[in-house]
Amino acid sequence: MKFDKPAGQNPIDQLKVVGKPTDRVEGPLKTTGTAKYAYEYNEEVKNPAYGYILGAAIARGTITRIDQTAANAAPGVLSIVTAANAGPLQTGKFYVSRFLAGPQVDHYHQAVAIVVAETFEQARSAAALLKVEYKKQSGSYDLEASKDSAGPPSPGPYTPPAETRTGDFEGAFETAQVKLDQSYSTPDQAHAMMEPHATIAKWDGDKLTCWCTIQQLNWGVRDLAFILGIPKENVRLISAYIGGGFGGKGTVLSDLVAASLASRAVGRPVKLTLQRPLMFNNTIHRPKTIQRIRIGAKSDGTITAIGHESWSGNLPGGMTESTIASTRLLYAGANRLTKLRLAVLHLVEGSAMRAPGEASGMMALEIAMDEMAEKLQMDPVGFRIKNDTQEDPEKPGRMFSTRKLVECLQTGADKFGWEKRNAKPGAIKEGDWLIGMGVASAMRGAPIVKSAARVRLDNSGKITVETDMTDLGTGTYTIIAQTAAEMMGVGIDQVKVKLGDSSFPESSGSGGQLGAASSTSGVYAACMKLREAVANKLDFDAEKAQFSDGRIILGDKSAALSEAAKDGELVVEDEMTYGELSKQFAQDTFGAHFVEVGVNAFTFEIRVRRMLAVCHAGRILNPKAARSQVIGAMTMGVGAALMEEMVVDKRVGFFVNHDLAGYEVPVHADIPHQEVILLEDIDPTMSPMKAKGIGELGIVGVAAAVANAVYNATGIRVRDYPVTLDKLLRAV
Amino acid sequence: MKSFTYERVTTPAEAAAAVAAKPGAKFLAGGTNLLDLMKLQIETPVHLIDIGRIGLDKIEKTANGGVRIGALVRNTDLAADPHIRKDYGILSRALLAGASGQLRNKATTAGNLLQRTRCPYFYDTNQQCNKRVPGSGCAAIAGFSKQLAVIGSSDACIATYPGDMAVAMTALDAVVETINPAGKTRQIPISQFYRLPGKTPHLETNLEKNELITAVVLPAPVGGTHIYHKVRDRASYAFALVSVAAILFKDGSGRIAVGGVAPKPWRVPGAESLLPSGAKAFTAKLMEGARPTKDNEYKLSLVERTIALVLKEGKN
Repeated sequence: MKFDKPAGQNPIDQLKVVGKPTDRVEGPLKTTGTAKYAYEYNEEVKNPAYGYILGAAIARGTITRIDQTAANAAPGVLSIVTAANAGPLQTGKFYVSRFLAGPQVDHYHQAVAIVVAETFEQARSAAALLKVEYKKQSGSYDLEASKDSAGPPSPGPYTPPAETRTGDFEGAFETAQVKLDQSYSTPDQAHAMMEPHATIAKWDGDKLTCWCTIQQLNWGVRDLAFILGIPKENVRLISAYIGGGFGGKGTVLSDLVAASLASRAVGRPVKLTLQRPLMFNNTIHRPKTIQRIRIGAKSDGTITAIGHESWSGNLPGGMTESTIASTRLLYAGANRLTKLRLAVLHLVEGSAMRAPGEASGMMALEIAMDEMAEKLQMDPVGFRIKNDTQEDPEKPGRMFSTRKLVECLQTGADKFGWEKRNAKPGAIKEGDWLIGMGVASAMRGAPIVKSAARVRLDNSGKITVETDMTDLGTGTYTIIAQTAAEMMGVGIDQVKVKLGDSSFPESSGSGGQLGAASSTSGVYAACMKLREAVANKLDFDAEKAQFSDGRIILGDKSAALSEAAKDGELVVEDEMTYGELSKQFAQDTFGAHFVEVGVNAFTFEIRVRRMLAVCHAGRILNPKAARSQVIGAMTMGVGAALMEEMVVDKRVGFFVNHDLAGYEVPVHADIPHQEVILLEDIDPTMSPMKAKGIGELGIVGVAAAVANAVYNATGIRVRDYPVTLDKLLRAV
Repeated sequence: MKSFTYERVTTPAEAAAAVAAKPGAKFLAGGTNLLDLMKLQIETPVHLIDIGRIGLDKIEKTANGGVRIGALVRNTDLAADPHIRKDYGILSRALLAGASGQLRNKATTAGNLLQRTRCPYFYDTNQQCNKRVPGSGCAAIAGFSKQLAVIGSSDACIATYPGDMAVAMTALDAVVETINPAGKTRQIPISQFYRLPGKTPHLETNLEKNELITAVVLPAPVGGTHIYHKVRDRASYAFALVSVAAILFKDGSGRIAVGGVAPKPWRVPGAESLLPSGAKAFTAKLMEGARPTKDNEYKLSLVERTIALVLKEGKN
């Protein structure tokens, strides 16, 4: 099915099941510990061996010698895989990392060897007996120092143009009545998801099956086949449940490659999980950025010039962090500039993490907007509203499909009690605590991509959906069940959803907040086909028939769905593909974040007191799941604001705080009160579902709202994240 | 983790004898720190003596009005004990400011005293660390040291003692009781329990080889207002940037020990006569001789500010 003109009325609009705050259909499995994660397929994989990765002890150089004598002789050791015996390996099509070092070491904790043994403990113990000798080579680990050497990033599917210009930015900025020119930085951040990367690999002849934990199974099949040099048809990946991903499990990382190699080497299934410290220096991360923002405005607050330049670093060939994405679309202003520069750094690869680009970019832009509002002596909410636009500021005439940023800001200000904020920093005190409020806009693209599904109707009237879509804990199983139930006119308990198996039809996968809208649209397409098949089988007019209460109905005529399958299961498959609507319209999601913090006047401890997000993100398929996504993202935004930073040791070239004691993420005590308001929105330009993603919108702007609240509380402006008490102390 | 053997013992004397019988053996109590360190091969005992069933799990009043806390009393039980809460509030508060409920359920009094630093370079066996490998150098001094010591450190080591409980015990003038393999017991005032790193940062306490902690004794309650203020970026489940354990009296006198700043709980009794003059004068004396890095010099003002807050709270 192709979607190339705005959707009209369709079965989803009945909203009998879709749009309801349904509990997770897989919830009982998770609360009883019976949902199987990658490492837990103990019935399917008998007698596995265990693999353990030894990470490189240096950041850059060459391996000159590996003495395996002691490790080979250690109890239980079956094999040791290194570059010397692994056979040729390619890099995948998305990440640029090489998953096995040798002779060159590209980054700290790059896999040097995979020790395979009868037990996990034996493999780990033997890995410590490997004696690896290195020749170190100097590298670049410091973005500040490498900033001037940074060049424009090469064009790519996930890279915006290195430079965009509209009007005459420099001229307009120069002559603006009120100006801001400031630099900001965001640190390297870790996804720090609960479930580590893990794989069980099993070869049957030349066929490889991997139980793994990745977000994008079709990419995974493509990449693993390419890396190992085997046909795609020979690879099957299963990723039915994922214990958090946040972009950090996009496609194949070292665990999949290492487990596959190890299993091939020992002729037995191999289980392998990354030990927690390797998750910081061995996988991927959100890279550090330095950003310069210039805003020029008339004294009435009308923005006349907006410029956003950004620097990040990566391994050679790696992606740039596209921080300027929101700046191109969020506020009006006739004269505009964005610029991206990418330096070579020899740290582990930087890549996608929840709202890549937008999250980091808005951490800077939305402080800049706060600073500018202050210069203009305007309310920060009012300043943003004044500069709203309903058309793409780079392409006048290209309208936003739907955009209620102003309503988000107004609703939020009203519900949060924004009028109680004192514009003068440090003016409100409760006991020893300085109280401040901050606001930020939120914006995140609403991409949608093709996605396929298979649906089955059996002779008991039950519907089964099969698609290689994944559920990272987001609620995908549930919204797909809701979609199929709505389409087929059955209760949600009549639908079984099977996800996360690459033998199922190719879906959108999960990433870029496109999964919900895309995968349900694929299910919509398949269900339309199934409706036709049922109608044909039972001799109904498919166009006119209603599907309700487990029956197909037209006028006085009606039949149970099960009738259509009485001679055998009905099975259909279809995919949703897209025309040009995303070019014709700017399709985005919007929001506003409001935060109140307390800052201890003595110690400068910063504690969030309450938060509110107002979101405008298309049709909300399941308000309960959507709210969970948003509060999770808000929590992650608090982490970004107040504590998350992978610290680079610029001498050695690695992230020093590489465990969950050193890399702090928020705990319950940091998050006292969160509210989410979902504004009504139906976007017919997206798909028949009229829905958009929301999982990434929720984080965008949060950190800036916190930082702005800290400023409002203290009068101290911290422009280098995270905003920690030592930075406030230094400013006093 | 290196392979190791394991045995259980039933009495303190047996435990001390067992550890003496096997070179490279260690006691295992709650295991909340030791097992983690073993997995990373930072600790590599060849033999573990599980002392979880040797008793020493009571909190008892002493003849002179104090309290004896068995070495194996769990942190959770100690923090919740009514007598501790009433007369040694600072200790209960310090315990509850540390770790998480799950860890406190496992962690023991003696084990808590012996927890090792959280210096990130100590935790990464690829990095130089004089504490882990004597003589290998210290990567932390010129590295990432935001969390690390500003005073009491040396050119060999700037690791901090990470705990909370011992900071409170230091303000309470606790005494550590031990037994050695010969059956000899001794009492070590907590002020003499920990060593400063000097050139031997791998030696962290003045316990003798194979000596087993049997109890911590607190003197009779001294009254006063008990305050434990732990400063950290994350609101819970984080190590202190600075913590202050204070017992303050109506006449302006008091006792203060500070955590997060030194290789041991930091207390300078000679500075305490300055408490009535306020935080600035007291802190200047307390932190005399500090040698912070660029990363952690903020701790000097943070100590003063936290003490100022605590003194203010003490007055209310």
